[in-house]
Amino acid sequence: MPIIATQGLTMRFPRVTALDDLTVTVPEGVVGLVGANGAGKSTLIKILLGLLPPTSGRAEVLGLDIAREGMRIRERVGFMPEYECLPPDMSATEFVVHMARMCGLPPSAARERAADTLRHVGLYEERYRPIGGYSTGMRQRVKLAQALVHDPSLVFLDEPTNGLDPAGRDEMLALIRRIGADFGISVLVTSHLLGELERVCDHIVVVDGGRLLRSQAVDAYTTASGALTVEVEEGRDVLGRHLHDRGVQVHPEGRHLVVQVAGEDTYDLIRDGVADLELRLVRLEQRRHRIEEVFTEQQAPPPGVLPGPPGGPR
Amino acid sequence: MTTSTIHDIGYRRYEGRRLGRAYVLRSLFVHNLRAAFGLGRPARSKVMPFLLGLIVLVPALADVGAVSITHRPELLIHYSAYPIQVQVIVAIFLAAQAPVLASRDLRHHTVPLYFSRPVGHLDYVLAKVAAMVTALFALMAVPVTVLYAGGLIAKVPHRADHLGHYLGALVGCALFAVVLAAIGTVVAAFTPRRGFGVAAVIAVYLLPTVFVRLVQAIAEERTDFTLEAWMGLFAPFNLVDIVQVRLLGAPQTATGIPPGVTGGLVALAVCAALAGGSVAVLYARFRKAGLS
Repeated sequence: MPIIATQGLTMRFPRVTALDDLTVTVPEGVVGLVGANGAGKSTLIKILLGLLPPTSGRAEVLGLDIAREGMRIRERVGFMPEYECLPPDMSATEFVVHMARMCGLPPSAARERAADTLRHVGLYEERYRPIGGYSTGMRQRVKLAQALVHDPSLVFLDEPTNGLDPAGRDEMLALIRRIGADFGISVLVTSHLLGELERVCDHIVVVDGGRLLRSQAVDAYTTASGALTVEVEEGRDVLGRHLHDRGVQVHPEGRHLVVQVAGEDTYDLIRDGVADLELRLVRLEQRRHRIEEVFTEQQAPPPGVLPGPPGGPR
Repeated sequence: MTTSTIHDIGYRRYEGRRLGRAYVLRSLFVHNLRAAFGLGRPARSKVMPFLLGLIVLVPALADVGAVSITHRPELLIHYSAYPIQVQVIVAIFLAAQAPVLASRDLRHHTVPLYFSRPVGHLDYVLAKVAAMVTALFALMAVPVTVLYAGGLIAKVPHRADHLGHYLGALVGCALFAVVLAAIGTVVAAFTPRRGFGVAAVIAVYLLPTVFVRLVQAIAEERTDFTLEAWMGLFAPFNLVDIVQVRLLGAPQTATGIPPGVTGGLVALAVCAALAGGSVAVLYARFRKAGLS
């Protein structure tokens, strides 16, 4: 069952059109929602939470209609906003317990779940101190914990890596991966950075100017390339010429070669070429399409393309 | 083994009960009521409410002391007059704590976290207003109760009358609390910046009160007692005293009390309009904030 399905979803504000006839189906798992700032990502989340009625179109979250069953959706999803949303004079524990109770968890269960969740997001002793003294990374963890504390079926994470340093970013991405893989909670995570979503998502939806650009399993983006990266210790150009002479499409890029795979025998040609020329092979790697190329491609595929197969474990 | 290790037992799903709307509303109410007294917050948040809570008791304790020492029951302050006599303290409490309830969630953008949960907009607002009303009621009802209990201990005559007056005064306290909470929370909800809320609430209490007294004084000078009486509707404490005098049979404390049951009913209607209007305005305000 798709976790999210929208049909002709349109949201017009007096001056801007935030969503423009968005029709997309999103499978279970970790799903990235990518778009530049102002592409309509946050608006889409508010609509999917049933808080903002769309101008036209309809949508379902977890099989529930946003217009009629908003309350039931909000019982089963978690939401981590992109902005600061924590009271500085409460401790993380107290705040998360309170938020658990707001989802209807009885007092003892709320305390237990809050402690568990804070531990899972990596907050330990500091959780008893007021949030006001926390670093950005710790605040992001509290924000994540409050979205998970009631054990939702789906969480919306709006720009969770915003403002984090590279190490914090990696930790947050690893956490998101764990939520999807280990916790069994579906995730819709937004970002304006494609590269980082590529690392943790099973499926990526790209929006631009409120329109759907593409919705596809990550595997489909990254394996469709059909190119290999070949790196040899010395003699890059020799190997390049050798392959070119045998009719292989090849061009240098930095310290390595990019080889277009024409068929199974391309691999053999590279192997034999390296062996014949007595070169030392450092790297022979499936070159992955970077999702960024979606934006740089001259022609975007027609909007509304079907989602690709659900991504398997990567 | 003296060392212990923490075992990561992995993520556990929650299979337990999820309670409904009544529980969420009650939790929200208790949370806000605690916040009104700074409970569950750092020590400095508790200073102001508890200090004011003590100060508001002092006149009552002193009065009870005076009555029991001098054995002059007529010295006992009228229960219904007490909130009006300590109105400045009550107003300061309102100014200090209404922003805690109504501005904090706005200032820290916490509102969307509630509305992305199964918390209704109206429930959220009602819990806040009810918590403020309860806090104010406690602030006024406790010293009034001290007066009554002190009177009993000092064996003032006409016990039955005192009980009636005391219960009437409690209804009055509740009405004071509703009117003040309605005004205070709305003003605070529109001044989310730290400190501004306090000043704004004080201003909204003080300016009409001073203005009404001024007009009343001029009216009295010109012997226009009708105007003097009806002006009482526009100052919060005077407004509630009209209801106390006309509908609850209390002796007059405030300056302007319009005549007859009609005056009382009009005042009560104004109180109801304030409460209803406040909830409606807060509903719109927080609903909008939930989408920002």
